[in-house]
Amino acid sequence: MSILIYTENWDGKFKKVSFELASYAAALAEQTGKQAIAVSLGEVENSELEKLGQYGIGKIVTAQDKRFATLDNKAITKAIAAAAKQVQAEVIILSHDNLGKAIAPRLAIRCNAGLVTAVTGLPESLNPFIVHKNVFTGKAIAHIKIEKEVKVLTLAYNSFGLNEKHSSVEITSFDPDLTDSDFSMEVLDTTKVTGKVLLNEADIVVSGGRGMKSADNWYLIEELAEELGAATACSRPVSDEGWRPHDEHVGQTGKIISPNLYFAFGISGAIQHLGGVSSSKVIVAVNKDPEAPIFEAADYGITGDALKVLPELIQAVKDTKNQ
Amino acid sequence: MKILVLIGNVPDTTTKIKFNADQTGIDTAGVQWIINPWDEFALTRAMELKEAYAGAISSVVVANVGSSQTEPTLRKALAVGADKAIRIDAEAKDAFFVATQLAQIAGEYELILAGIEASDYNGSAVGGMLAELLDRSSVSAVTGLDLKDDKLLVTREIDGGNQHLLCTTPLLAIVQKGIAKEVRIPAMRGIMMARTKPLEVIAPVESSYATSIQKLELPPTKAACKMVAEDNVKELVRLLKEEAKVL
Repeated sequence: MSILIYTENWDGKFKKVSFELASYAAALAEQTGKQAIAVSLGEVENSELEKLGQYGIGKIVTAQDKRFATLDNKAITKAIAAAAKQVQAEVIILSHDNLGKAIAPRLAIRCNAGLVTAVTGLPESLNPFIVHKNVFTGKAIAHIKIEKEVKVLTLAYNSFGLNEKHSSVEITSFDPDLTDSDFSMEVLDTTKVTGKVLLNEADIVVSGGRGMKSADNWYLIEELAEELGAATACSRPVSDEGWRPHDEHVGQTGKIISPNLYFAFGISGAIQHLGGVSSSKVIVAVNKDPEAPIFEAADYGITGDALKVLPELIQAVKDTKNQ
Repeated sequence: MKILVLIGNVPDTTTKIKFNADQTGIDTAGVQWIINPWDEFALTRAMELKEAYAGAISSVVVANVGSSQTEPTLRKALAVGADKAIRIDAEAKDAFFVATQLAQIAGEYELILAGIEASDYNGSAVGGMLAELLDRSSVSAVTGLDLKDDKLLVTREIDGGNQHLLCTTPLLAIVQKGIAKEVRIPAMRGIMMARTKPLEVIAPVESSYATSIQKLELPPTKAACKMVAEDNVKELVRLLKEEAKVL
């Protein structure tokens, strides 16, 4: 019996979420007295695979097949299920990102498992197996029991963190037994975001709302983000107005994020917006209206015009760096 | 081509959540029910496609698993333009149960659309489960969907970029914001027409469930916001650095 994680790679490299998954699996393995194993699909070099050992993974099963680069949901599901069978996985954990969200439900059916997505911590009980997650978009927390022998979980971003724990790694390959007919989609082109911090993965997010007045003022948000190594985001009215692209919209119907630090400039904090950001560790709000609901969710606040505060904040951050 | 859109019945997004007596569900008294926002995006795109390719798309059908109390939500989908609604008459116990129920009717649709998430239990599960039960291809995080000859041109968000795909039917597409233009508010004519459109009620199949809610609770309350004067931005940076330790 074992704990299995699916570690996605991006052009042969793992991202921070994979190491967070590894940390989570290692802690769960310790809790259950089982082994933490990773499955890697696609072409990843051994030197990269071994990095998982720094976070407590003792064994890696890998299928070095470049066809996985098309991210075909059906093929990836089949392959993870094959690995799970081979290592007798009792708990299978994926990241709650676009790919993890797409694969986990399929995998749960294929492995006759119970599924809970976006869990925010280790199980609070192993027998019965109970995990918790945010529901009603952050308005409540649910404690959910999985009734099946095999469990599939997706782990919410930045909910567990990284935990170094050195382990020696055994790497073996396995044959997921796939044919070309398992890969049914034709990829026409892929555009990758480069040189930009990804919103879901960012430790710090700088976000703007209608109080920014116009798209022309966004250079201030971008400049602060650059100083802090942060990602940029926006509220729903801003993306609806077309000031910013939809993929930057955080909130109930946009992205749900949980960075260590979230800056809200000129965002009033409608309940739908808070749903997308309330699990951020620290929230800073700047708004002209002292009664704005964002201040109820914020840890630090300034009553004032975002357009006046931003240049001063950029300068203050620069000054601290130069100290 | 026939399109099936999966419709979740969820509390209005502004609802203040109260729990039922044993804290395993919400108190539904006074709750306004709506089409799950992501399913509404899916429905809107289905209607846009039907209008653009009237010859190729014969019908748009919506389906839901729920008691008769979910019918106003299905009627709203009909008022927006769906041709027919199907309600599988059972309480939605969990995603596995719902997907198993939908699998009995969904196979005949070349294209199935599901929202990427539901705003109640935020599961992101039914669409993917249904695709696996039907053993058909699925694409997720879809922000663009169009017909191209007898195939589908799909844009999806991947982790760190975007991808254009050419997919064959049958397909299940799990969609998110960006897929459709503005969501549609039913017009009076649509509401009148919806009254006479078919709403078929189907008995559930025997199925179990895989998960159960043990308890719901409110998130911990936050400490009061610490205010910093507008002309003292340096102090904010100091607090973030020394007190919160996030810079």
